[in-house]
Amino acid sequence: MAKAKKSREGTVMVLGGGIAGVQAALDLTDLGYYVYLVEKSPAIGGVMAQLDKTFPTNDCSL
Amino acid sequence: MVEAGRSPNIEILTNSDLLSIKGKPGSFKAKIVQRPRYIIAEDCTACGLCTTYCPRHQEDEYNENLNITRPIHIDYPQAVPATYYIDPRSCLSLTHDTCQICVPVCQSKAIDFSQKPEEKTLEVGAVIMSPGFGRISEETLAKYSYGKHADVVTSIEFERLLNPSGPFAGEVRCLSDNRHPHKIAFIQCVGSRDIGCGNGYCSSVCCMYAIKEAMVAKEHDPEAEITVYYMDIRTQGKDFDAAQKRALDKGIKFVRAKVADVMPWGDHLRLTYSTLDGNHSFKPYDMVVLSVGLESPPDAQKLADMGGFKLNKYDFCATDTFTPLATSKDGILVAGAFNGPMDIPESVTQSSGAAGIASGLIKKQRGKSLIHKTYPDEKKMGDEVRIGVFVCHCGINIGSVVDVPDVSTYAGDMEGVVYYTESMYSCSQDAQEVLKDKIKEHDLNRVVIAACSPRTHEPLFQETLKDAGLNRSLFEMVNIRDQCSWVHATEPDAATDKSKDLVRMAVAKARHIQPLPEQTVPVNKTGIVVGGGIAGMTAALNLADQGFNCSLIEKQDSLGGNYKKLVHTKKLIDQVKKHKLVSVYTNSGLQQTSGFVGNFSSIISSGKGTKAKEVTLDHGVIIIATGANEHRPETVLGNTIKYSKNIVTQSELAEQLEGKGKSRAPKSVVMIQCAGSRGDDLNYCSKTCCTTAVENALTIKKINPDSQVIMLYRDIRTYGYAEDLYQEAREKGVLFIPYEMDNKPSIAEKGSKLTVSFFDPILQDDITMNPQMVALSVGMVPEETDTLSKLLKVPVTADKFFMEAHVKLRPVELPVDGVYVCGLAHSPKPVNEIIAQAQAASAKAAMPLVKGYVTVDPIVSNVDKETCIGCKLCTSLCPYQAIRMVKDENNRPKAETIVASCKACGICASHCPTFAISMGGFTNQQINSQIEAFGRDIKEKETETA
Repeated sequence: MAKAKKSREGTVMVLGGGIAGVQAALDLTDLGYYVYLVEKSPAIGGVMAQLDKTFPTNDCSL
Repeated sequence: MVEAGRSPNIEILTNSDLLSIKGKPGSFKAKIVQRPRYIIAEDCTACGLCTTYCPRHQEDEYNENLNITRPIHIDYPQAVPATYYIDPRSCLSLTHDTCQICVPVCQSKAIDFSQKPEEKTLEVGAVIMSPGFGRISEETLAKYSYGKHADVVTSIEFERLLNPSGPFAGEVRCLSDNRHPHKIAFIQCVGSRDIGCGNGYCSSVCCMYAIKEAMVAKEHDPEAEITVYYMDIRTQGKDFDAAQKRALDKGIKFVRAKVADVMPWGDHLRLTYSTLDGNHSFKPYDMVVLSVGLESPPDAQKLADMGGFKLNKYDFCATDTFTPLATSKDGILVAGAFNGPMDIPESVTQSSGAAGIASGLIKKQRGKSLIHKTYPDEKKMGDEVRIGVFVCHCGINIGSVVDVPDVSTYAGDMEGVVYYTESMYSCSQDAQEVLKDKIKEHDLNRVVIAACSPRTHEPLFQETLKDAGLNRSLFEMVNIRDQCSWVHATEPDAATDKSKDLVRMAVAKARHIQPLPEQTVPVNKTGIVVGGGIAGMTAALNLADQGFNCSLIEKQDSLGGNYKKLVHTKKLIDQVKKHKLVSVYTNSGLQQTSGFVGNFSSIISSGKGTKAKEVTLDHGVIIIATGANEHRPETVLGNTIKYSKNIVTQSELAEQLEGKGKSRAPKSVVMIQCAGSRGDDLNYCSKTCCTTAVENALTIKKINPDSQVIMLYRDIRTYGYAEDLYQEAREKGVLFIPYEMDNKPSIAEKGSKLTVSFFDPILQDDITMNPQMVALSVGMVPEETDTLSKLLKVPVTADKFFMEAHVKLRPVELPVDGVYVCGLAHSPKPVNEIIAQAQAASAKAAMPLVKGYVTVDPIVSNVDKETCIGCKLCTSLCPYQAIRMVKDENNRPKAETIVASCKACGICASHCPTFAISMGGFTNQQINSQIEAFGRDIKEKETETA
């Protein structure tokens, strides 16, 4: 994965990589910012990754 | 998740803890420490060999400790990053300095026990806190025999039991003796609405997830008897009541009762409960599921201290109703369950909203650190077809079943194939390099990869093609994992044959694939917002704060909508009027809109009488915030209603209570909930009425403690922190009495005398009383969604609210690109949720404006104007309004794809009577050649057998 450029401007830190954090990170990149997504566990996804199907579409949560 | 893992602009720092944050908006310094994984992420191919060899067992936390794994493992195959890690708490090398079997086992030498914790300082402009939620303490759960009996499980454990990747591969089994549970009970409000454990609030999500889990369990075993024990069913979300109805229809029972205890009873569990009439009963169950609430995260206080922001009394992040996504520290925002218990759509909404606010705060820095990837020029295509076939072993995942070398050699004999090979992991970093080299070395102009699912890996390979100077459309992927090695795991020969069939078909198609141009369409960088209430004004201001021009269109002669009287609304109106980038059009309405994302053109009628005029606005996006109105039903629960000073709605009561003098509070009032909602007149729950009614009840009690307030309800839905108000109202003597739909209250009025009769389930008797006032909680109806829905060609739900693109993951986007929704036009909700949603809608709307162009997927449909007969079948079928009719030079109607709106679903192409429409990458020729290639082999086999 590419690392941030030398310029430190225009970056945002998102603390917590569950569904909220991942969504915030994705949206921030679409709004023109570089994101550090900081997660305490070894993988992102949080509790959502543990869920079976989700209401009402029964989509897999991954 | 995968998208986040792939973005060059998201640096994922896992295993990391925050140490400190200092600074101000625009320049924060955050210190973090990254704990070692003991595995070099770049080298790990996630083959899983290490786990197989690791001798130590440990509980699998991903599966809620319901089964075992090894210290070196990955939580689940799709984890991001897809890298294994070593749990230092149980690894023999890290705890006892021995073993290290995994080191020589790992073929890619990715294991590194010398890794040390690493401190990093991040310089950032803003911070979003989204640490999620914590668990209810085991002490609270122990009241229900959790920990004492294996078959008392939490709802999240039950979730894992239901899951195909769970401990019993998706079979629900009792943990005590592996039998299938036949009788299952759900207990609601475990660790919520419970001042005993310190959580007075309602966790808001448990009723809904219990219904979902119960329904999924019923799918697993239709004979299962499932009962949900509850105090109030709180399915206040959009279309949630309908889900409960489906559960009832499926035979799931709902019992309003307090559960006293759960005790082991022979092989079973005995659940004792008391119903409203004071009776105690008990029932045997095979399994009891505790619907556990959401607690504040365990490190909440630490985070708050480091960030310098405040927590509320329940240790969740403290926020204000009117700034629901801002912590008390400037530049630090909050989203998700740390902001109070909430469900997925709400979390996703808050995340978008918080991202939008952050974007506004540091807009001057926008784009400064963004990484734009560049690619070499695409090489010219010669006439000769030169296909390269790469067949993947996926470690043992494919290779242990399918004879990969055989498939690869088989491909080598096919027409057009100039290179073939096999690889251990075609997705690994080094394999991408090999792919690039081989494309150059053999001058390949088409690539076929037989491996896993294109859903997860196609973008990766296409990226590599682009890096090698090939158009990304010159790629075909064959899924020989899911479709061969997985489903035919016990029949290796058949799996190998099927792999060959699929590869042959892909090669046949690949011979006909052509490079497709990447198209982009420029965007008009302005927006319009329809509706000038709190939602519309918030959205317009946010869009403007992010640096974009915005027109706000309001039907009435002034801004403010339903909440004109709030101080906050007055402030908003002032800000909107002062903002240079917002133009306000009052007495105005949207007349016509044409175009597509980035390039809309709308006609607005503006002004009244002689001043009326039409204004044309060109804009890139549109946000709908048209709101809702109070519903005034003429009949309530079968009673004809004549509104008067004694029969009022809750909002009228609230207005009356704002005055002066003790007499403004009625001496006695009966409040009737769901008057016209939830199946009486409107089908849905209006979400806010319970809280509003309880607030009014409290105000009455405050003005005159002697006033008698009785509330007749079906379920009190004071979800979240509003539960505190409900608790307070009961303490202050407000009487809450439930009614059932088969025994509704009656309201009669004779002269000035009111008579209300109802059945009291606690006294088990009919009660008649003569209150001074009846206050009806009437709910709300969306405003004019029909007209706008037709105008913008966006769908509404059966209840006439706008229907979002995806309930969970795209809650503020409508199915037509470039059109967004927020506020009451989406669904009923309280002010804080309206504001968060408006902030989210404006963040989403800003995205195409920031980008400046819209990229079009090259697989969109394409109409051959010569063959098109202008029958309009395609325009009527297209779900995305992506086909329009144009006139050709002879003035004949012809269909034309609006590429920016097309989602490449293929409905138009499959219905076109003259085959005038083709899909990029899926032409008739390509598909036919695939089918022929499949049939050819069958024909050969038939000839052989004959």
